[in-house]
Amino acid sequence: MIGDNPIGVRAHLPILYPAVMLVVFFVIPFGIMLAVSFFQREPGGFYTTDFSIDNYASLFTALFGRVLAFSIFISAFCAAICVAVGFPFTYFITRMRRKAQVVWLVILVSVLSLSAVIVAFAWSLLLSQTAGISNFFVWLGLMEAPASWSPGFWALTCGMCYIAFPYTVLVLYPPLSRLDPHLPEAAQTLGASPVTTFFTVVVGSLRSAIVATLIMVFAFTLGTYLIPTILGRPQHWTLSVLITDEAIYRSNLPFAAAMSVFFMIVSLALVGLTMLVGKGERTADR
Amino acid sequence: MPLSALRGVAVGFFMAGLFLEDIHKQFGSVVAVQNVNLHIPHGRFVCFLGPSGCGKTTLLRLIAGLERPSRGRILLEDLDITEQAAHERHFGMVFQSLALFPHLTVGENITYSLRIRKKAAADCQRRMDELLELVRLPGYAGRHISQLSGGQRQRVAIARALAIEPRLFLLDEPLSALDAKLREDMQLELRLLQHRLGITTILVTHDQREAMTMSDLIVVMGSDNQVHQVGTPLEIYRHPADTFVADFLGNSNLLKGTCSGGNRVTVSGNSLIVGTLPETVAEGNAITVSIRPEDISVVAGVREGQNHLQGRVTFVRDVGSSVEIYLDCNGFQIISQSTPKSRPAVRQGDSATAVLPPSACVVLTA
Repeated sequence: MIGDNPIGVRAHLPILYPAVMLVVFFVIPFGIMLAVSFFQREPGGFYTTDFSIDNYASLFTALFGRVLAFSIFISAFCAAICVAVGFPFTYFITRMRRKAQVVWLVILVSVLSLSAVIVAFAWSLLLSQTAGISNFFVWLGLMEAPASWSPGFWALTCGMCYIAFPYTVLVLYPPLSRLDPHLPEAAQTLGASPVTTFFTVVVGSLRSAIVATLIMVFAFTLGTYLIPTILGRPQHWTLSVLITDEAIYRSNLPFAAAMSVFFMIVSLALVGLTMLVGKGERTADR
Repeated sequence: MPLSALRGVAVGFFMAGLFLEDIHKQFGSVVAVQNVNLHIPHGRFVCFLGPSGCGKTTLLRLIAGLERPSRGRILLEDLDITEQAAHERHFGMVFQSLALFPHLTVGENITYSLRIRKKAAADCQRRMDELLELVRLPGYAGRHISQLSGGQRQRVAIARALAIEPRLFLLDEPLSALDAKLREDMQLELRLLQHRLGITTILVTHDQREAMTMSDLIVVMGSDNQVHQVGTPLEIYRHPADTFVADFLGNSNLLKGTCSGGNRVTVSGNSLIVGTLPETVAEGNAITVSIRPEDISVVAGVREGQNHLQGRVTFVRDVGSSVEIYLDCNGFQIISQSTPKSRPAVRQGDSATAVLPPSACVVLTA
């Protein structure tokens, strides 16, 4: 029966395949990384097997703290922007006719086919002083002289949001298209203006979908490596950049592994906290 | 009679109400509502009755302001509200899906309309308690919608729509999802509630029994998206305006024939005396005679006489509370209904005679 716990070995067989895949591609690599994070770096060589917490101890520097905080901040910021723009956007798509919906979704999915390299260079060109849109604004008379907007914080934000936006819409689309169209109508007959209806009923009844999307986009943008190096200045580099730097250019795999493990723990803790707060709000309603 | 003149009369008699003038609604090339002229008197319980796809829900949505008519005007107490947005109309509506807000509790659902109007918390609380009492759900304020049964959700939806004391109470087949027993209970309850509150109510339904049970006035709509008849339940039942209404409301024997002058019609060679003829019918015109099964009495054997039709019993349906006898009268079928007490002594295959009282024979054009 659906919902009952399966009993016996045979009943568990169907999950064997995904379980094996998960172990091979996720648990084992993570185990290796965890092990390496306790190893000792060998200057001029690779690393030697050891058990030392030196790598973790050397994490506690001002630089690491600053980069960690910035990584978390920029991902949360982009997640907030993506959901704030993507939610009403997706809502309007779901209210369109079926054909128009398909066109919009195809456009969004086609954006996914662009690699991060193309997106990053396109934005850097678009925001550059020599050929960017500021020239267009000058031509319109909105600006005095063309400006260089890339690299910089806002260029980075644009690039990251551009990459994450299609995912945001695709994650929000199913719950929004399942929303009973009578709910907003009921709110209107009860005296709510369209804006009030949107915030009290549409946003309200989809709060868990919004929290889930925020977490998804946050986790997705945490891993960006390429975009910060192209669209950001060194102070905008995320932890991923720092980890790559340490692992590839300085060949300090144990330290890079320690950073990765710590980064993962911090982000998991944040996601857990968000879910806990969301759950707490729901139980407080009861 | 032009509707404007009708309204003048109505204002005097009924203290106004809702007027629909020449309402027409089209979705692309599909016509949903055609040429509707209606007066819904203040304080009455009105049912829009019709088969699915007849435009009754669209008409209700037009009144609620959820759709704009392609043509025509909607007036409430002499005020044109055609262009008024739904949230400014101050109506209460119960949807077929109920549309209760799943993220809010019962209490929050009920006070939604008060809270968005920024009413004081104490007022909201008092009104909520009042309404929960009214729909007999006291103590349910803190429950979640998912924790309620179908009938309880129904009551919450009704309470929510009544919270602002709406000028008009609109219900779109709200009882269709309930099982038969609960539906009958809710019909009665809703009717009594409307009586107590005296609020003008419009209910959309495809169930003629529901319409007969609850309404002061029935508006029968047909598959041609037009209004066929407006009247009290018994008026419509006794004097259907056309064959569609006669057939849709309860069972009716519809006998095709021609008018043979005076109060006489000819049906398959039998001459029948009927009640009054419509003015438009002249001698030689094709007509349909509608007669309700319970008005026809059946006697055993072959009897001669005025309005007597001889035939053979093809089937006897005895369901305990009533007996239906199917007679084959030389090519057309007559169904008679009687109570077990007055059950005629006939069995399948017997010859019998159906007696059609002239006053019960309603003549319809074509």
